[in-house]
Amino acid sequence: MQWINAIVQGVLVGGLYALFAAGLSLIFGVMRLVNIAHGDLIVLAAFLALVVMQTLGLGALESLVVVIPLMALLGYVLQRGLLNLTLGSDILPPLLVTFGLSVIIQNGLLQVFTADSRRLNAGALEVATFNLAGIDIGVLPLVMFLAAVAVIGVLQFIFYRTALGRAFRATSDDADVARMMGLDNRHIFGLAMALSLAVVAIAGVFLAVRTNFDPASGPARLIFGFEAVIIGGLGNLWGTLAGGVILGVTQAIGAQINPGWQLLAGHLVFLLVLAFRPTGLFPRIAG
Amino acid sequence: MAAPIIRLSKVCKRYGAIVVADAIDIEVAGGEALGIIGPNGAGKTSLFNLVAGTVKADSGTIAYRNRDITSLNAAARCRLGVSRSFQIPHPFSGMTVFENVVVGAAFGGDMSEREAYAKAVEVLELTGLKAKANAMADSLTLLERKRLEMARALATGPELLLLDEIAGGLSEHECRELVAAITGLRKTGISIVWIEHVVHALLAIVDRLLVIDFGRIVAEGDPKTVMASREVSEIYLGIEADA
Repeated sequence: MQWINAIVQGVLVGGLYALFAAGLSLIFGVMRLVNIAHGDLIVLAAFLALVVMQTLGLGALESLVVVIPLMALLGYVLQRGLLNLTLGSDILPPLLVTFGLSVIIQNGLLQVFTADSRRLNAGALEVATFNLAGIDIGVLPLVMFLAAVAVIGVLQFIFYRTALGRAFRATSDDADVARMMGLDNRHIFGLAMALSLAVVAIAGVFLAVRTNFDPASGPARLIFGFEAVIIGGLGNLWGTLAGGVILGVTQAIGAQINPGWQLLAGHLVFLLVLAFRPTGLFPRIAG
Repeated sequence: MAAPIIRLSKVCKRYGAIVVADAIDIEVAGGEALGIIGPNGAGKTSLFNLVAGTVKADSGTIAYRNRDITSLNAAARCRLGVSRSFQIPHPFSGMTVFENVVVGAAFGGDMSEREAYAKAVEVLELTGLKAKANAMADSLTLLERKRLEMARALATGPELLLLDEIAGGLSEHECRELVAAITGLRKTGISIVWIEHVVHALLAIVDRLLVIDFGRIVAEGDPKTVMASREVSEIYLGIEADA
């Protein structure tokens, strides 16, 4: 029963990893941009939620009503004002610029909020559990997992059932031809980043409710996000969810064997996938 | 001649020492079909790139319906009514044929979802691709890909259609089918500029022929007269005029 419990908890935490990864997967899929600042943007969203809660007196999950549009706006402005300028045949400029952005966000947050750890209070939801066939399931982890499934489902719907999604896929397929079909790539990339940071906002708030965070928490979230994307397969949103779950379950199994092996087990699975299936288990993008 | 739909005035473009457009002056009238021939590397596709807005001219002006579009990007020119196909088909390979065409209609033609769907059906019918609407674009044969190139360009609702060697690589039968499709297109009043090495296909369609070599226009006029001209003989056969 202990093992089954560990796997169930791993699946649920995998939902959070999938949320970390979904935004990364989305922008990599659309514009082949690897956003090194992704983890720091998750933490920025968490701090933004903190400010919104303190200023407007909203609850943690209610703060999403404000945080999601603000992060989406930030994403659009960031893409149009900065990241679009780095895109081209060379993959190095966006890597360097987002790395610089990561440093700026971390130090900016440190300056404003100090290095103290924070946590968002979600009230009774944090400790609520129910028992299912002898396994205690936390309501909050379950909400996070369901939110991840819903987010991936919505993204999938946008990608494959809407005009915006067709624009994303056309631009992703061949940006030059898309331009000649009347698509303004700069705007499309801006919208993709806005959507990515809207997801980041959700990930940031759930992160901050689940665990402590501080200005230096971003890079670890970036690594979990990367690992989920790579394990699941580049550019495949459902694959990203599967990648998050695999990572979560592996960590849970590692922790069950030895508490010190939790993160190591996740990294090992990631390295194995990278070594034997470099495009991931369910790839959609070949190159 | 009717009022020009596109006018290039003294358009120049060079890449280092290579001149691909040397003070090019071209006018295409509304509803006219203009053919362009010339040897490989003459600057034909570069001319399309300049008109479609993929590359910027070094100097000179390009006017579309008397509006200067020299500084407009490719997306804006497409939305105005300039559309092109590619010599090597570039379908959005991860999409179905229908989706490829809808993208052109929705964004290039600035249509609502419903209008774009209706336009896609109309264009697929016109280009003979309706039966393949739900096939993935990367599963098409060469002729079908060329048709898709044309369909996607047409879906944007162009008034000026630029066709780049669309008959290249096709069998004689396929070529005849393509000519029939383009003949049908002409009845819609659209202006066509067609670069082609398959000269008999070109001559079946165009009203006027233009010969380009080293980025310059070396002959222009009635297709049959141009084909019999000294310039064409010199370029294609290496025969000197007085030989």
